[in-house]
Amino acid sequence: MDMAELQDKVCAILADNLSVPEDKVTPQSRFQEDLDADSLDLVEAVLALEEEFGVTIPEEEMEGVTTVGQAIKLVATKLGVAA
Amino acid sequence: MPRRIVVTGLGAVTPVGVGAGELWEALKAGRSGISPIASFDASSFPVRIAGEIHDFDTDPWMTPKEVKRTDRATHFALAAAKQAWEDAGDPSVDHARTGVLFSTGIGGLGSLLQQHKVYLEKGADRVSPFMVPMLMPNAAAGHVAMAFGFTGPNMCITTACAAGAHAIGEASVLIRDGRADVCIAGGTEASILELTVAGFAQMQALSRRNDDPERASRPFDRDRDGFVLAEGAGAIVLEEAEHAVARGARIYAEVAGYGASADAYHITAPEPEGLGAIQAMQACLEDAGEPADAVDYINAHGTSTQLNDASETRAIKKALGDHARRVAISSTKSMTGHMLGAAGAVEGAVSALVVHDGVIPPTINYQHQDEDCDLDYVPNEARRADVRLALSNSFGFGGQNATLAFRRWEA
Repeated sequence: MDMAELQDKVCAILADNLSVPEDKVTPQSRFQEDLDADSLDLVEAVLALEEEFGVTIPEEEMEGVTTVGQAIKLVATKLGVAA
Repeated sequence: MPRRIVVTGLGAVTPVGVGAGELWEALKAGRSGISPIASFDASSFPVRIAGEIHDFDTDPWMTPKEVKRTDRATHFALAAAKQAWEDAGDPSVDHARTGVLFSTGIGGLGSLLQQHKVYLEKGADRVSPFMVPMLMPNAAAGHVAMAFGFTGPNMCITTACAAGAHAIGEASVLIRDGRADVCIAGGTEASILELTVAGFAQMQALSRRNDDPERASRPFDRDRDGFVLAEGAGAIVLEEAEHAVARGARIYAEVAGYGASADAYHITAPEPEGLGAIQAMQACLEDAGEPADAVDYINAHGTSTQLNDASETRAIKKALGDHARRVAISSTKSMTGHMLGAAGAVEGAVSALVVHDGVIPPTINYQHQDEDCDLDYVPNEARRADVRLALSNSFGFGGQNATLAFRRWEA
């Protein structure tokens, strides 16, 4: 999987999980302001990413993650996908 | 002059129809909502029938995200509450003076079980952060308040099969005491689940008439063999009478009285002489300032269990004396099944409609008289009747009882 594929996949998972249209989810999207995701939504979304990619994302690594792009990067690091 | 309370809006989600209008038409026609269980494979269960709501459409009431983040019990509650509010004419109210009392017997058990499975199969760190807010019994009351922005008193009373009636009763007390001017009161239940069906079946509480679902719920009939588990929600808009009159609202009925009591006898079996039920009915009549012989109709708890229907009949005879032989009694659970925490709310709505429309829905499936049940149960056919005062009985596991009195509105 390359970065573009990963990005598309993460965006699709987040769109489904947060019940927002897929075209609304881009790396620039801010979880709270753009996607109406509160802290519980974010935990739920991370669970979906962990499930889908078979990775573990500890809470402390989620600290400071406010945009979809940051989440994509986190998953990419876990999977060893190069930017 | 004490503040009076009137019913100005009705909402319902039931196995016989969605919306108070559909519910009312089905009940007057004597239509059963009981069918083989479709939501899970019940083929190995001793009980394979229920009053399910098939293909419930959440679209008119909730966004897809709300649907995903809430239990089915909250879906029903929001639908019923929004219907009731619309039926009341979508009134403009003081949000701080508007309360919500939404009850349930069991709450979001389905969501709990789903996450328990996740926990067992995948571990603690896969459990949804929404599990707790989905399963808690007070979730529906909270969501209804959020949907409208009502910041008045907000509570969930969990008294099993009496919960919906307690919600209406306690909401009326809040208004009477001046703590609120308007309330949405209701009950909701969505617990037709493998575990609950198994549990209720183990109690020998459920009908096993699996081959004849529409005839399984037969309150007061000699051959009754248990209740039929059902799901749904009912909601009522209660309003301080002057508030309702001032805005020209349609008034279904007055909530004239409310009586609550406990059997203090057994956690599930009713007190055989119906002492708790008698106390609730008498307290309700006293609250309404009405003599026993003023009662025209009783919407019975009438679950279709051997114990309830016999003890309720004894209780009605004690509470009403000779007048018990003249009063019309019916159990709409014969059609809807037993919606547990929603039952009292739906039956409260039905009782208000009886008073307003002058039609008494029947007890269907009534074929053979039982020597312990020898009153007028309005068998099988709806009846036109001038009903000025109707009582609605609800008795819960736990021994909690509630009786509500609905009276024709006279200013």
